[in-house]
Amino acid sequence: MTQPVLDVRNLVKSFTVGDGIFDRLRFTGGKLLAPPKVVNAVNSVSLSIAPGEVLALVGESGCGKSTVAKTIARIHAPTSGEIRIDGKEVSCLNQKELRPVRRELQMIFQDPYASLNPRQRIKDIVIEPLRAQSDRRMSSSDIDAEAIKLLARVGLNAEQANRYPHQFSGGQRQRIGIARALSVRPKLIIADEPVSALDVSIQAQILNLMMDLRDEFGLSYLFVSHDLSVVHHIADRVAVMYLGFMVETASRDQLFATPRHPYTQALLSAAPNVDKALRKPQAEITGEVPSALNLPSGCCFRTRCPLAFARCAVERPALLPQRGGGSVACHLHDTVPEAFPT
Amino acid sequence: MAEPLLDLRELQTHFQTFGGLVKAVDGVSFNVKAGEIVGLVGESGGGKSVIGFSILGLVDPPGRIAGGEIRFDGRDISKLGEREMRNVRGRDIAMVFQDPMTSLNPVYTIGRQMDEVLRLHTNLDEAARRIRCIRMLEDVGISGAESRLDAYPHQFSGGMRQRVVIAIALLAGSRLIIADEPTTALDVTVQSQILKLMRRQVQETGAAMILITHDLAVVSEMADRVVVLYCGKVVERGLTEEVIRSPAHPYTRGLLDSIPRITDRQRRLRQIPGTVPDIRTLGAGCSFRGRCAHAQPLCAERSPELAPVRGSLDAACHFPLQETL
Repeated sequence: MTQPVLDVRNLVKSFTVGDGIFDRLRFTGGKLLAPPKVVNAVNSVSLSIAPGEVLALVGESGCGKSTVAKTIARIHAPTSGEIRIDGKEVSCLNQKELRPVRRELQMIFQDPYASLNPRQRIKDIVIEPLRAQSDRRMSSSDIDAEAIKLLARVGLNAEQANRYPHQFSGGQRQRIGIARALSVRPKLIIADEPVSALDVSIQAQILNLMMDLRDEFGLSYLFVSHDLSVVHHIADRVAVMYLGFMVETASRDQLFATPRHPYTQALLSAAPNVDKALRKPQAEITGEVPSALNLPSGCCFRTRCPLAFARCAVERPALLPQRGGGSVACHLHDTVPEAFPT
Repeated sequence: MAEPLLDLRELQTHFQTFGGLVKAVDGVSFNVKAGEIVGLVGESGGGKSVIGFSILGLVDPPGRIAGGEIRFDGRDISKLGEREMRNVRGRDIAMVFQDPMTSLNPVYTIGRQMDEVLRLHTNLDEAARRIRCIRMLEDVGISGAESRLDAYPHQFSGGMRQRVVIAIALLAGSRLIIADEPTTALDVTVQSQILKLMRRQVQETGAAMILITHDLAVVSEMADRVVVLYCGKVVERGLTEEVIRSPAHPYTRGLLDSIPRITDRQRRLRQIPGTVPDIRTLGAGCSFRGRCAHAQPLCAERSPELAPVRGSLDAACHFPLQETL
């Protein structure tokens, strides 16, 4: 078997939130203590991506999908867990040690307005990662030529190379962001909601470009999105997250044809669709996502789940592999047959 | 046939900027009947939000309504003064804004913000108003409504806040509700709850609704009729079924093609090339011609008029599409 480009095991990320000390003061056991307030953003998430594969991470806001992406890109330091990029463990590296890793992994951000430096020309923006990697060994003419080549690849022309970000539209800026990620010829690109800030006609252009680049450079994507129709278009495999837990993983066709976790079913039926035939009103959920400050006991989804029963409040379901591929974290699906190897 | 509740005729809303005159709304006509949901669709810059603001008289300088009529219940409200307009706003026409985080006042309780509508527009006494507010909150699905009246907006989540905003819009029994991207800021499971709520309210009260959105999927699930806007002009309008199934204007077709479909997954999405042109420098001819695969020399010479194509469809195109999707 080929080595996965990205292999994440039991990734945990929690944030201490900065409430004032007086808000946190509690009398416990005769002592005055100020326990830290902790948000459990990511709870033991494992995933892997094969070369050339697109894995989509789906979920609603606050489910931890962006935190997973940013922790893998080491924008956040993980609380615990392993992150292997191309076989190399990176979860404990410091910023200097991470520099060669960034040659393998680049990121595209959601907001094309905030992710480009407004004071840099775009030819400098797109070449910045390569310049950082090359340790000043590239001549400036080489750098310029490379920048123009990159911009041409994403559909921008040489005259535009000297302009500043504010002179471009949202879609063009996202192209610039993609060119910047490509500059070091990475194996893996982490794309955090790359098209959700764009109009639908521009969104199609960017999705097409990303798919073309995957074929051309053999890229793998970790594609974070809340939009199921976009995910269906681009992904090979899909992982669904809820409240920091991974609740289901499956191949794209399997997930969309036969979603198994009640949350996945609800998510699919809630998505509006232009095709009347595809609207499924059956699985409706009420209420909203609980706070990550105060996770429910047992299953994370039980407070909204129409199928919840007594065991769901007591025991947290593990993500277990299923017959026919994929895995689900739900007590309704955890009766693994004897003959089935786990 | 009964007169439509709202009738927009050749509405022009212009903004004078340093870079030139922006015709954000350029001759838009459509009508809305009681009990009907009309979807306004288009990409950013299409002018859909400005139409909503124009109807409510909320266009601030440098913008102004430069022409046309906004006939509400038989009278032209575009010429009303601010004092008269205040009686229309909130009572006859209510608005649900996109961002539930900013459309509520953070320093007043929910109860006070709801009460304000009733205080201004009804003769109810305080106790009666409070009961009405509680009932309204229950109607939009907020549990423990009585205690929630004393809560502040920051104590609610995004979905709950949008429910409160909808409750406020419905309180005075408005006959027209303008919802400007009401679910864009919300998650998909919450979105479907809010959309169901809005449709139920329209059905129960017989109010009319203008649903402004960029999301064709939302429109196709909610609206009875659709108006598609591009660069401040109506490019197509008709019954939702027909617009979605067999659009006549290449722009509508392009928008529909750009949506990834779960039924037939193509390797590449059919995209609309290029971007929306600068609205200040449009000049003569069809404003979509630069991105249109069917453009002919005529398209650059003359701007197409909105004309009936087939069935309920009107399109502003010299060469409307004939085939079905």
